[in-house]
Amino acid sequence: MTSDAIPSPGSGDAIGRILSIRNRPRDPGALSAVLTLAWRAMLKIKHVPFQLFDVTAFPIMFTLLFTFLFGGALEGSPRAYVQYLVPGILVQTVVFLTVYTGVGLNTDITKGLFDRFRSLPMWQPAPVLGALAGDLFRYSLASAIVLVVGLILGFRPRGGPAGVLLAVALIIVFGLCLSWLWIIIGMLVKSPESVMTTSFLFLMPLTFASDIFVKISTMPAWLQVIVGHNPVTRLATASRGLIHGQDVGSDILWVLVASAAIVAVAAPVAMRMYHRER
Amino acid sequence: MTIAIETIGLTKSFGETRAVDGIDLRIRHGSVYGLLGPNGAGKTTTIRILATLLKPDSGTASVLGHDVVRQAAAVRQKVSLTGQYASVDEDLTGHENLVLVGRLVGLRWSQAKERASELLDAFGLADAAKRQVRAYSGGMRRRIDIAASLVATPEVLFLDEPTSGLDPRSRNQVWDIVRAIAAQGATVLLTTQYLEEADRLAERLAVIDKGRLLAEGTSRELKASVGGSAIHVRLKRPEQQAEAKDLITKTLGNGILPSSSAATVSARIADTGQAAEILTALAHRGIAVGEFTLGSPSLDDVFFALTGHAAVEAPEDDP
Repeated sequence: MTSDAIPSPGSGDAIGRILSIRNRPRDPGALSAVLTLAWRAMLKIKHVPFQLFDVTAFPIMFTLLFTFLFGGALEGSPRAYVQYLVPGILVQTVVFLTVYTGVGLNTDITKGLFDRFRSLPMWQPAPVLGALAGDLFRYSLASAIVLVVGLILGFRPRGGPAGVLLAVALIIVFGLCLSWLWIIIGMLVKSPESVMTTSFLFLMPLTFASDIFVKISTMPAWLQVIVGHNPVTRLATASRGLIHGQDVGSDILWVLVASAAIVAVAAPVAMRMYHRER
Repeated sequence: MTIAIETIGLTKSFGETRAVDGIDLRIRHGSVYGLLGPNGAGKTTTIRILATLLKPDSGTASVLGHDVVRQAAAVRQKVSLTGQYASVDEDLTGHENLVLVGRLVGLRWSQAKERASELLDAFGLADAAKRQVRAYSGGMRRRIDIAASLVATPEVLFLDEPTSGLDPRSRNQVWDIVRAIAAQGATVLLTTQYLEEADRLAERLAVIDKGRLLAEGTSRELKASVGGSAIHVRLKRPEQQAEAKDLITKTLGNGILPSSSAATVSARIADTGQAAEILTALAHRGIAVGEFTLGSPSLDDVFFALTGHAAVEAPEDDP
């Protein structure tokens, strides 16, 4: 073989030398595997910053749009409405972003990357948990953006920074738990696009049939029943309470129990499917 | 002889389809072994069972003495798989991909980085180390993928169609890599649709079709099993192929082999006298012969003799 401009593989000797190192190390610990895969998730963000577009542009757009569109009609002025809206928009933003966990997982499966992960001697849930660790960053970033836009528009959290942080923490906990549903869908359907479509089929009613935008008392009675039982409503109510310093202990508890319930059911199913052959 | 890979009565179905239908293999430690068959023959399924990615429906498979179902973790410790599609993260650079695998097999950060650089050098990818794999050519992707399989030195390497879709130059590079890996004493099990590839790389071959093992042996043994020698005629005018086949069939009584292109006719012959007869008959009929070779049957001939159809649909001339 002659080699010209294209880099040619090194000589057989070089490959031989590489292989002569019998370096089969000890298997990585579970935590180290998860952290490594979280590092991968961050690298992906670094290399493809465009994937943060959803994380940054949509929250800004939604906050601006809804504040000025509904503000006057619903609360008399955008500035009054933004106090109600920002906690809800935080919820909506993070809940929408949870879909990308399923999309990312499906992409890894269709590209064959999961075959490599599954044939490695590591703790097998690590790729899923590593992806969730990457999501943690995205949710935090998106939340920060919503808060900044809100503050510019006149949003003033009466619960102070502590209330805001607690609310964001609660929303992210819920988001990470909800992600498990999309992880299942990510393993069920054939393409990343179908993950998106299927998940939004659930997410649209879940976020809009809630009290994120509109107070529940303004809705017809039958809708109040549905909206009242929507976990997203409970989460939005709890976040508003935390942010504005009201007592929402029961809503917080409700959200935490719902989150735990989702994980308790979805995580074992997802991990079973993950181990199952494809 | 130490056995690295053994399967007994392996079966696997997907719905109604029996992808693997009772395959028995015994693969010597330190050898390159080829699974040869067309698309859908069950090669990939077999290799995925051996790499612990699929569970067989029945039968047993062991790799280095470990059962692939009951001792999957022990098998994963010692094998590497390079799948049909480059199983690397396209968004990451070549170096990052190898560091990622290094960390996931248990190397420390510093070791993983060092190993990544060594591998990139050895595979001629040092210049592309900092580029995203997305920007790699097909041949480079395949090399980074194989490199990822060697981060922790495997005792058994599975290569699923390592050269499919590669240009001849990249294919040669991958062949060199496989030879270098084998020279280090690793057992390599590769699947291929290309008979030439199996012939060149593998010490022994198994011919698989529709989930069943049709024949097993060295390529010499397989060729001998077809028997006799063969003539290959390249016609100057491809449109005369049918006529030439007719004529040769009449001259020999039988023995037409599958053609590797529209312009060639191959036939099995008992002795060289028959070759002369064919040449005379062709000249007599006015069929112009561009090239005439006399040789042992190719693996294509073997495959056709075993399966009744060619190894690759829509055959084309290999450059």
